[in-house]
This record gives sequence, C-alpha cells and structure tokens, in this order.
Amino acid sequence: MSLKSPLGRVLGLGTGRGATHHFWVQRVSAVALVPLGIWLLVSLAALPDLAYGTARAWAGEFGHAIALVLVIATAAYHSLLGVQVIVEDYVPQPGRKVVVLVASTFVHVAAAAAGLLAVIKMALGSAA
Amino acid sequence: MATRSRPLSPHLQVYRPMYTMALSMTHRLTGLGLTLGLVLLCAWLAALAAGPSTYGKLRSVVVSPLGFLVIAAYVVAFWYHLCAGLRHLRHDLGHGLERASARRSGLVVVVAALALSGLTLAALWHLGGRP
Repeated sequence: MSLKSPLGRVLGLGTGRGATHHFWVQRVSAVALVPLGIWLLVSLAALPDLAYGTARAWAGEFGHAIALVLVIATAAYHSLLGVQVIVEDYVPQPGRKVVVLVASTFVHVAAAAAGLLAVIKMALGSAA
Repeated sequence: MATRSRPLSPHLQVYRPMYTMALSMTHRLTGLGLTLGLVLLCAWLAALAAGPSTYGKLRSVVVSPLGFLVIAAYVVAFWYHLCAGLRHLRHDLGHGLERASARRSGLVVVVAALALSGLTLAALWHLGGRP
C-alpha cells in the first residue's frame, strides 16, 4: 500500500485537455489552405519568369500581399499542428519530445516572422 | 510525473502493410515536406524583400536543375497532401470509411495528385528552362 495521496497518484495520467481543440483547428486550417494553397501555386505558376522585377511587382500588389499573409500564417499554424502530431507519435521519450516540439515551434515562428515581415515590407514599399 | 510507463497504442510494425496505410504515411511525409517548403517559401520572400543582389543569388539556385527538382517535389507533395487531406476531411465527416470505398477514394487521390502535379509542372517548365 502506497502512502501516496490519491491525487498524487493520478497527476500526470490524465489527458492534456487540448485534443479536441487541436483536432478542430487542424481541420479548420486545412479547409482554409485549400483555396489559399491553390491560389499561391497558380499565381506563381502564372508568372512569366522569376526575374527580380517580375517577382517584386507580384509580391508588392496589395491583394497578393493580403493573400500571402493569410497563406503564411495559416500554413505555419497548420504545419506546427501537424509536426506536433508526428513528433508525439514517434518521439516517446518525454524530454526529447519537449525539445523537438519547442524547436519545431521556434522554426515555425521564425519562418513565419521572416515571411510575413518580407511581405509587409514589399507591400508598403511599392506604395511609396 | 508518473513513474509507471503509460500504455501505448499498437504501433506500425504490428499491422500488416496495406495500401491505405501507405496512403496515410505518404500524407504525413508530404506534410513534413511541405513544412520544409514553407520555410523555403519564406526564405524566398525574405530574399525578394532584401533586394536584387540577395535575390539574384537565390534565384540562380532556384532556376538550376536541382532547384527545379526541389520545386517539382514541392509541387507533387502539395497536390498529394491537398487531395489526401480532402479525403481525410471526408473520412472525418464519417463518409467513405468502408474498405472498398476507402480503397477507391485512395486511388482517386493518387491519380488526381499525379495529374494536377503534371499540369502544374508543365506550366512551370519555362521557369526552370529559362535562366
């Protein structure tokens, strides 16, 4: 018979309470990415070339900038959620799992920050 | 923290390999690939915002044969993940989960992904071909 309190015995054994929300936002972001992703691919494929002037004019257009902001933010969120699921499935060691998840978060936030700031800079720059 | 090890769900190796399992694994793998693609897209946009000289260095890589190969892989991963994702959304709604139906929709996903990738790459060909 353990002297551990009933509460001490069950702590850490329950669910994280975030699973339903995780499931839902992963699917909502997936639905959003269907039109956004297709727009990005078609819009890029329609460019006559990838010369600096062409690409810069494309990214500087206000409508394109809005769509790019939406794509980057939604894709980064969706990707972060997806990588989390894979890591939780294949990295069983608790310590290593946390390290990989935090590293994934940093990479996603850093990529999104760079992409979003670049888009905003080009959108505002072309107006001047 | 609990010291006793928690029960784990059965893992991949206990299942007989199946065609539909391969589809699901490909969905995850292409998802990981698209994560890398998102990082590359953001790097491309950052280089574009940085100016012509930075962009020029990156562009010579993008239009190289290796760059086109990466773009091609990105395009295939994109269409596969999109088509398979729509199939999964349909499954989440409770439709098409019977064995025959799941196998059929899986084939539709593969054919659609390959066809859409082919169309996109044909449209993108000139970007790789012209320096």
